[in-house]
Amino acid sequence: MKKEYIRLNELIKLIELIEYKNGVLVAVKKIKIGSLGVDIILYVVVGLFALACLYPFVYVLSSSITPYEDYLKAPMSIIPRNVILDAYYSVLSFPLIQSGYKVTVFVTILGTFINLLLLITSAYPLSKKDLKGRRIILGFIIFTMFFNGGLIPNYYLVRSLKLLNSVWALILPGAISPFNLILMKSFISQIPDSLEESAVIDGANEIRILANIIIPLSTPAIATFALFHAVGHWNSFFSAVIYLNKRSSWPLMLVLRELVIENAVFEVGQIGVDLTVVTPFTIKMATIAVAIIPIMLVYPFLQRFFMKGLLLGAIKG
Amino acid sequence: MSYMYVIPDRLKPVFGSTKGGINITMHLASTNDTLRRSNYLIKYIKRKKYLYLLLIPCIAYFIIFHYVPMYGVIIAFKDFKFSKGIIKSPWIGLDNFLFMFNSRDFHKVFLNSIILSTLRILFNFPAPIVLAIILNEIRHDKYKRICQTIVYLPHFISWAVIGSMIINFLSPTWGVVNYILKSLNFEPIAFMGKKEYFRTIVVLSNIWKETGWGTILYLAAISNINIELFEASIVDGANRWHRIVYVLLPSIRGTIIALLILNIGRMMTNGFEQIFILQNSMNLDVSEVFETFTYRIGLLSGRFSFATAVGLFTSSIGMILLVISNKLARLFGEEGIY
Repeated sequence: MKKEYIRLNELIKLIELIEYKNGVLVAVKKIKIGSLGVDIILYVVVGLFALACLYPFVYVLSSSITPYEDYLKAPMSIIPRNVILDAYYSVLSFPLIQSGYKVTVFVTILGTFINLLLLITSAYPLSKKDLKGRRIILGFIIFTMFFNGGLIPNYYLVRSLKLLNSVWALILPGAISPFNLILMKSFISQIPDSLEESAVIDGANEIRILANIIIPLSTPAIATFALFHAVGHWNSFFSAVIYLNKRSSWPLMLVLRELVIENAVFEVGQIGVDLTVVTPFTIKMATIAVAIIPIMLVYPFLQRFFMKGLLLGAIKG
Repeated sequence: MSYMYVIPDRLKPVFGSTKGGINITMHLASTNDTLRRSNYLIKYIKRKKYLYLLLIPCIAYFIIFHYVPMYGVIIAFKDFKFSKGIIKSPWIGLDNFLFMFNSRDFHKVFLNSIILSTLRILFNFPAPIVLAIILNEIRHDKYKRICQTIVYLPHFISWAVIGSMIINFLSPTWGVVNYILKSLNFEPIAFMGKKEYFRTIVVLSNIWKETGWGTILYLAAISNINIELFEASIVDGANRWHRIVYVLLPSIRGTIIALLILNIGRMMTNGFEQIFILQNSMNLDVSEVFETFTYRIGLLSGRFSFATAVGLFTSSIGMILLVISNKLARLFGEEGIY
């Protein structure tokens, strides 16, 4: 007896089992996969977790534009009845926020550019399987993923290079991420060699091949890494804690910490803002909002890339 | 034995006895070879010069920013002063390590770090596996995609933002959590001021931030499973639970184990940013972990050698744990990570 099965609509979770006997159809059975009850529970669990992931952000945005009395009446609410933008005016006119924004934007743009430049130029030669010394260099790079000198030797190095209190201290020490380099290397090695060979016959050298063939073909990967590096620069504050001690050179995230967690928010009041109208709470929420809004704006592009599974392809390779 | 002395004609010595000559020929042949080889190598590098040129910044970066600091760990064995530099600072041998092992602060920090990372392995490591399995059961494509997009979002938000949100949400005066407690007739609790809540906050906030993103690798592994395995198991009468336990989990075991090994290798680290942002003077007793401790004693108190010793200790233990767990995994027939 031969059995064959056909998947039906996955949504209704049935499969059709067809049984043959000596080539003659004898039975068609429908088998149900999983019960509806359990399904509903799973849908609700995932939905609730997703809500929990989204709610805090919406909550911050809404309470940053809600007058404080309204907020106290219904702290859980995310739909503001009255909208005031005063908190944003005072936050955006605060010098520390302005300088923080400048530093962060500068580091994000320049840092991402340097990351990508080094990533592409290093990944391309390493993707050549026949390049002599490639394995040694790869081993030399991978080792740094598992062992590092630690905080003080790094600090001493940055200090000796005279980079303390400079934005370069936020950019150079992490200029190449070994993990991304390996991913980029495997992505480039998936590009068929035949494309390069025709260019070689035309007399192109490796730099031209890189610029005219490899880079155009790996734009999706480069865009993904660009977004990841940019978000990384925007979010990180560890290097700033270690290497920068002048408040005026702090990036936005460190300013955020100073204002919201160390309660320097009261300094905002000293520049002519009436803290009884715009309360410290509303200002804190507006400060947080100012720090996440740019991420929220790039997120739709970001998620398009990794939902396509581009990165996954690279990881598997 | 005689075959050992059979040498090609062109290499035969032109003078001297057979036995004595062999050494000479071997010697001559090997210098010729190295000469030829180095000629070949120079030609090879010349031919591929652009590729090697492209690699120079990369190699320079790794030497300067990774290998020079590795050399810098000898600070741990010296009485290091910035004014003297590494070379001129006097050697003190293992004094820093002896001091470290006898220091009560160190014992506390060690315990805090291990407790937190154990909690991470117990709760934060399995969470993405569970979520990935549930997501895989969801057949409605649009619903699944929307949920995925949302749960990945917190991964892209800075700990500075998340810490600020947590501290405000938990605030006894205006926090939403205490509002709920109050409306249920409970006393408001100053969560951040009580050290017994610290570990829960760390674990939960980490679950909230990273579980969604963590599913990506598992979902990729699940999508690689041959769908016919599932279909065959259904025809054989497997229900949902059977399918998960007998088909899905065994198929993604390699991924789970590889990630577990990496997690064990990270036992000594808890991530500076999360702990630093949630740390305050009230919870310092339980919140001081290796990263914040080296920062405090090294950069804030200026005990550079001691801080380097602590750093060297943690990264060596981390490396050893990684190697051991990988060995164990291979011993049980798994692939491991290298």
